[in-house]
This record gives sequence, structure tokens and C-alpha cells, in this order.
Amino acid sequence: MPAALTAWLTGDASADRVVPPSGFTAQLTLFAAGVMTFLTVFALALSLATGRLAERWGDDLARASTVRISAPADQMRTQTAAALRVLETTEGVESAQALSAEDQQALLAPWFGPDVPVDALPVPQLIEVTESDGGFDAAGLRLRLSAEAPGAVLDDHTRWRRPLVAAASRLRTLGLLSILLIGGAMAAMITLAANAALAANSQVIGVLRLVGAKDRYIARAFVRRFTLRALIGSVVGMICGAIAILFLPDQGEVGLLTGLGFRGIEWLWLPLLPLAAAAVAYGATRRAASRVLAALR
Amino acid sequence: MIELDNVAYSYGGAELLSDVSLKLAPGSFHFLTGPSGAGKTTFLKLCYGALVPTAGQARIFDQDVREMTRDDIAISRRRIGVVHQDCQFLDHVSMAENVAMPLKVAGRDVAAEQQNLDDLLSWCGLSSRANALPPQLSGGERQRAALARAVILSPDVILADEPTGNVDWEMSQRLIQLLVELNRMGKTVMIASHDLGLIRATKQHVQARVLRISNRRLQLAGADL
Repeated sequence: MPAALTAWLTGDASADRVVPPSGFTAQLTLFAAGVMTFLTVFALALSLATGRLAERWGDDLARASTVRISAPADQMRTQTAAALRVLETTEGVESAQALSAEDQQALLAPWFGPDVPVDALPVPQLIEVTESDGGFDAAGLRLRLSAEAPGAVLDDHTRWRRPLVAAASRLRTLGLLSILLIGGAMAAMITLAANAALAANSQVIGVLRLVGAKDRYIARAFVRRFTLRALIGSVVGMICGAIAILFLPDQGEVGLLTGLGFRGIEWLWLPLLPLAAAAVAYGATRRAASRVLAALR
Repeated sequence: MIELDNVAYSYGGAELLSDVSLKLAPGSFHFLTGPSGAGKTTFLKLCYGALVPTAGQARIFDQDVREMTRDDIAISRRRIGVVHQDCQFLDHVSMAENVAMPLKVAGRDVAAEQQNLDDLLSWCGLSSRANALPPQLSGGERQRAALARAVILSPDVILADEPTGNVDWEMSQRLIQLLVELNRMGKTVMIASHDLGLIRATKQHVQARVLRISNRRLQLAGADL
């Protein structure tokens, strides 16, 4: 930390004394900063989690599709071969592989149990398609498949993937927007509190001005006080938020809310919140003070 | 030190002061008199830059008031001690700290000046009340504390607005005596007062010029005082 900032934080205690202590508003500022930081922790966790989700879905699902072939038993083999031929000649398909009977049985086991004779059932044939980076033209592929293998249905996951990825990205945007709004609301609250404090101490300001105090000296006592309050309140709010996130019930590996929280290095965002709160308070109080002082000669 | 040149001032409507010209010479002693509401306080405020003239030019230590920044004005106040009629203090710190406040805001080391502060307080007869809070002081003590605060930085000019307004005759004599002694040390003093008896009494001790505000003008009062 630069020496000037350290000196400013530890401060000239006597300079602070020129502003009378204010019990109640001080606690309100602490409280507001704490609550706002607490909320910010959740907004941040939401943004980070949805960001992760959008990225993972986008990555995983964009690369894989499935072709499902439902045909009478005697046509199954020929249609599968026809579909594979179509897929192999389609631009944008990296590989296409028909699943073996064992693989399909393994996929179905969770639903049917291991003992059901899946062989005896009219199970559709699945072909796993891996896309290359460019992806393929799904509509064109569907047309060609319907011509060559009428029982083949292309399931390219996009139908349900797109809105989910869009929703996840939108949630992340909303989370970030919330953080900005919370910051703005905190600036507004601290400005109000600072204005009230400045108005309540107009006699102090007048006396200081009369005995030759520069604006900087007068403002500093107020600015320092509000900045420290916001910092302290925010640290408490951050700690409470972090504890709440840590003790969120574990939802296992599935579910939309999975991973609402911080992973590894993401925890390092948290200590930045009180610093941001202090910066917001500093700016808000400085502006309020310079506005009030400018009206005085 | 302070020069007013054809200065006029109006609070929005009609002019309160017009065509006021004055040059405060170093070491001079002035009384400013006139009926209540004539503009004595406004005139003093023009002298220490709290008001900017609506016409004419005011110069404080050779700086045009209109061109002074807020910090320039703050620094000029360290060379002009002002005693208000209703002396205001920081009510939550002791009287001694209030008197030392100009040192503090000027960034001077208050501890190093402790001896000066003690001397000043005893000179003003306030030693025993050093630790009292301003609201616990009597009217006369407040006036003397305000005077002590005005002179702690050893200013070149002392402007006092009705410094004897709230105190009895004996106390007002003591306060004036303090100001006369400061003048003898070379300070420029200007006292606004409507108390002609006090002015007459003081003129026996010091070479004072009496200015009177009447009909919005500043006039040099004649020998009738």
C-alpha cells in the first residue's frame, strides 16, 4: 500500500476530531454498506456460476448431436448404413459412429434395469455425431437424411440448448447489472448520509472556514469517516455473504443451481468488494462535500 | 493591506452599501459605527472576503477578491483574525482546542506552540477555563476566547464585529484594552460597534479613526466623537 494511503487511513486523529462524533448515522452507514456487500456477494456468485454454466453448455453441447433411426427391424441395418454414408459426406461432421448394441443397452440400463432383454425390444439405433469447429447445416442434413433414410431423425440439441445458453448468459448479465445497481444505490445512500452529516455540521464547517481551513482539510474529516465506515461495514457484509455461500446446501452434480458459489481463484473477487465499497464511499462523500463547501465562501 | 475601491454591495434588491472606498494602513486603529442594519457586518465581510462586492474592487493583501480561489481566501484568513458578534466554536472540543484551531488547520504543530497558547489564554484571563466546553462559557469568556482564537496566528489585521455586544461595561473595557494592546504591537485593528460611549472611552487611549456608515456611504466621522 502506498505510504500516502497508509497515512491517510491511519490519519491525523486530531483532524478527525473537528467533526463531532455521530452515533446513529454512523451505524446506518455501516449497516447499508454491510447489506449492500452481502447482496453483492450473491449477485457475484450468480454471475460467476451462470457464466460457468453458459460456457460449459456451450462447449459440451455444441460439439455433439445424435441421429436416431426408428425403422422396422428388417430395414434397420440398411437405413443405418445409408445414414452413416450421408453423415460421412456431410461437411462439418468430424465423425459419425453407430452405437453398438452393448452401448445402447448400457445407456438404457438406468431406466430399464440390467435384466430387461433390450435386444427383444424395438429400440431405435443411435448414431453419435461429432461436429467439427465450423458445425454443419442442420436443415440441409435433415433433408438429405429424410431422402436416404426416412426413419432417421437428427437431434442436434440446439432446439433446447440455445434458449438455455441464452438464459444463462442473460442471467450473468443481470447479475453484473445488479452489482452495478447495488454500487449505485450504495453511492446514493452514502451521499444522502454525507449530505445529512454536512448539513448537521454547518456550524463546524463555518467555524473552520473562518479560521482559515482549506476545503481539503474540511472535506477530509468527513470523507475519511465515511470511507472507513463503508470499508468496515462492507468487510462484515462480505464475511457474512461468504459464510452464507459456503454453507449453501450441496445439490450434487445436477441441477441448474449447481455451483452457485465460488470456485478456487474466484474467491479472490470477495476482498475486492470492500475496497470497491470504500472507493464508492470516498467518491460519493468527496462530491457531496465539495458541493456543500462550494456554496460557502 | 485591505483596500476597497468604490465598492458597492447589494443583497439582491437595493444597494446596502455604495461607493465605499477605504485603505486600511498597517498599524491603524479604526472604529466602524452606524445604526443597526446599516451594513457594518456586510462591510467587515467585504474586508475579509466572505462577500464579493457587486460593484467596485476589493483587494486583500494586494489580491483582487474576485480573482482569489477558495484556497486563497482560506490562506488570507490566516492573516486576518475575525471576531464575530455571535462567536461560534466547535462545541464538542474544549475552549483551549478551539483557540488552537487556527494553528491546527494551518498545519502547524500545536504541541510546539503550547507555551504560546498558555500565554495567550492567561493574557485573555482564560487560563482557568481552558478545559471547559464552549457552551459552558459565559458571554464574556466566549468573546475573549473568540479574540484569542482570532490572534493566535499573529495575524496582520484584526476585524471585530461588536466584540462587546454581549458583555457588561467592565468586560467590554477589558476586551477593548486587549485590542488596544494588540494595536500597540503593530496589528491593524477595526472594530464595528454602535456603542459611542465605548468609542469615546477608547479614543483616550489610542489614536483611533472613526468611520460611520450612513445613507449607504462610508464617512469619516468628525470631532463630535
